[in-house]
Amino acid sequence: MNWDNFIQISLYVLVLLLLVKPLGIYMARVYEGSSVGLNRWIAPFENWLYRVSGVKPEQGMGWKEYAVALMLFNILGLVAVYAIQRLQSMLPLNPMALAAVSPDSAFNTAVSFATNTNWQGYGGESTMSYLTQMLALTVQNFVSAATGMAVLVALVRGFIQRETKTLGNFWVDLVRSTLYILIPLSLILAVVLVSQGMPQTFDKSAKAVLVQPTKDGSGNLVSEQMIALGSVASQIAIKQLGTNGGGFFNANSAHPYENPTPLANFLEVLAILLIPAALCYTFGFMVKDRRQGWAILAAMLVIFIPCIFLTAHFEQKGNPLFSSLGIDQKASAFQSGGNMEGKEARFGIADSAIWAVATTSASNGSVNAMHDSYMPLGGLVPLWLMELGEVVFGGVGSGLYGMIAFVIIAVFIAGLMIGRTPEYLGKKIGAFEIKMAALVALIPHIFILIPTALTLLLPAGKSSIFNPGAHGFSEVLYAFSSAANNNGSAFAGLGANTAFLNITLGIAMYFARYWLIIPILAIAGSLSAKKIVPVSQGTLPTHTPLFVFFLAMVVLVVGALTFFPALALGPIVEHLMLTAG
Amino acid sequence: MLREQLRPAITIIILLSALTGVIYPLVVTGIAQTAFHYQAQGSFIQKDGRIVGSELIGQNFDDPKYFWGRLSATTPAYNASASSGSNLGPSNTVLLVNVKARIADLKAADPGNTARVPVDLVTSSGSGLDPHLSLAGVKYQVARVARVRGLSSDVIEKAVQENTAGRFLGVLGEPVVNILRLNLALDSFKK
Repeated sequence: MNWDNFIQISLYVLVLLLLVKPLGIYMARVYEGSSVGLNRWIAPFENWLYRVSGVKPEQGMGWKEYAVALMLFNILGLVAVYAIQRLQSMLPLNPMALAAVSPDSAFNTAVSFATNTNWQGYGGESTMSYLTQMLALTVQNFVSAATGMAVLVALVRGFIQRETKTLGNFWVDLVRSTLYILIPLSLILAVVLVSQGMPQTFDKSAKAVLVQPTKDGSGNLVSEQMIALGSVASQIAIKQLGTNGGGFFNANSAHPYENPTPLANFLEVLAILLIPAALCYTFGFMVKDRRQGWAILAAMLVIFIPCIFLTAHFEQKGNPLFSSLGIDQKASAFQSGGNMEGKEARFGIADSAIWAVATTSASNGSVNAMHDSYMPLGGLVPLWLMELGEVVFGGVGSGLYGMIAFVIIAVFIAGLMIGRTPEYLGKKIGAFEIKMAALVALIPHIFILIPTALTLLLPAGKSSIFNPGAHGFSEVLYAFSSAANNNGSAFAGLGANTAFLNITLGIAMYFARYWLIIPILAIAGSLSAKKIVPVSQGTLPTHTPLFVFFLAMVVLVVGALTFFPALALGPIVEHLMLTAG
Repeated sequence: MLREQLRPAITIIILLSALTGVIYPLVVTGIAQTAFHYQAQGSFIQKDGRIVGSELIGQNFDDPKYFWGRLSATTPAYNASASSGSNLGPSNTVLLVNVKARIADLKAADPGNTARVPVDLVTSSGSGLDPHLSLAGVKYQVARVARVRGLSSDVIEKAVQENTAGRFLGVLGEPVVNILRLNLALDSFKK
């Protein structure tokens, strides 16, 4: 491991951990309804919003009602995103006169943004008008993130409350997440990103006269460069903070306008994990036992930190096929070296590796380098992190509620080993909770493996594969691992903008999101109705290093056992072939 | 249950759309245009009253008198309306073909150069628009550019230094040279 990489990785983890507590406390206060500094400005608008929409904020909802409100809101959002894309050619703020998005691509994108996946089947700058980027995509970046946070808060209330039927009010949780957390953070981040060079304008593309004219594919002289612009910063800030990941441009955060400098890169990649990590503290704060929050965060870090170092290591080693060609891949004071295909010079190996691991641990899915061109094992790590179910940080809200489902499975397994009734935070875990948690753990697996097999069998699927051999298989496996865990990153060589893949990936994203939310809310409802059992000598402590390690192992074993055969067919075979020469 | 939630659902989606999809971007635009007008407009470099590029968006150079940057996988190269990486996997033979062709071009432009070729000079960037190159990639080309332009290496190296950005606070990112700005600086020597 070279020293520069080590320092950058350590600095990243350190700064992240320093922010966990202050933001975690702030968010807990927002959800508990206590007063925070921003109240004075936001509360009048918030109350007005409840009044005109007929919401009674103090009125709680049972878990089914909570789920109905959530589904209704998400479906309306989905329809709005679809409609705006289909009608964009007739709507204002379309200076480049882009056509309506095709029906299957519009469906895919609508599901993708409503489910907080942000899979990009399209090239942003050449497909989406400024209005679509703002009114369809940016809006869903906010509210899909807020939806995930709301579900988490409902689940946390299930642990805190005793013998209560309601879980809080979905509208309040949604609105408060948006107004008090997501908008203020995005506003600050967006302005800082502009200072680094990110455009924020409604002007149409600019025309530059090239210093040296170049030739296009058919040999014609090209002397001008059309430079796509837009209101980039406002969207990128929430794209990073809300674990969304859908880029303004096709190249996502590899694009110099979407990620201009190393400082911008550091802030963007910090924003990916900021809220998911801080929510662990929020959780501990709300259940009145902060050790529980730290324990979950520690279990995530146990998996996360080695993964960064692994990816950095494999990428730094470079491509063995290059060594006989007289290419210098060694790190030095003058270059980062390593596998630079698909990476940006200003980011080199360390920044690209940190990003790849952060974006797939969290279900962000933005990229600052092309994962398809990573070394086989360097790309295996991000792929596998998604397959773990997006519970190592995971999406805002969704990562932690997924992880709590794994905690339930872990206390159940531990309970079997020591012969005690499983309980967590004073709530007895019964057969119903275990069944629901098992659904949460297993549904994504089904939507990864079956559609992957289907795509490889059908000509309509196979024709989208770009790279030959084992790597082509990895492209398909990566696509469904990404969609079925609401991540959104891609091995982007895969030609995913076809009717077949738009629809199958769309279906995978939809079920992987809502078929997990509903069982989670069911668990919340069931727990909320239970008594709280006092801690006794027979209670399994869930804040100890032993439990942290045990929880990480449960996550790893479930993920590793299910996907090892598939990974062996893709990245592992490719690695063996490459190193064998 | 469904009917009760319909009014809040419709009202809230409309109000939050207006807030996050219209007001929020407009506020950011207002602040950005006031405080950081140059960056918010795209960081354009003007020469004789016209835009010759953005300091953040690379351009294609293959004339020996210019420094060359990263390979670009877009069509045409450095197409700033359709950014993209090559997405070639590490074992793809097309990747090897591209790399070998690039090495051949570099050797043809500078037959005497026997140094090993820095990796970022023969690989394509993630965006296809990378404006930068590593210091090693630039050093590899200094002698060639000096010879073709009839300038001393010292003059060139000084221009390189002026267009180099180090790590942020000495820690973040990689030290790089802005190829477009460097080449513009070289062109300005002639006059």
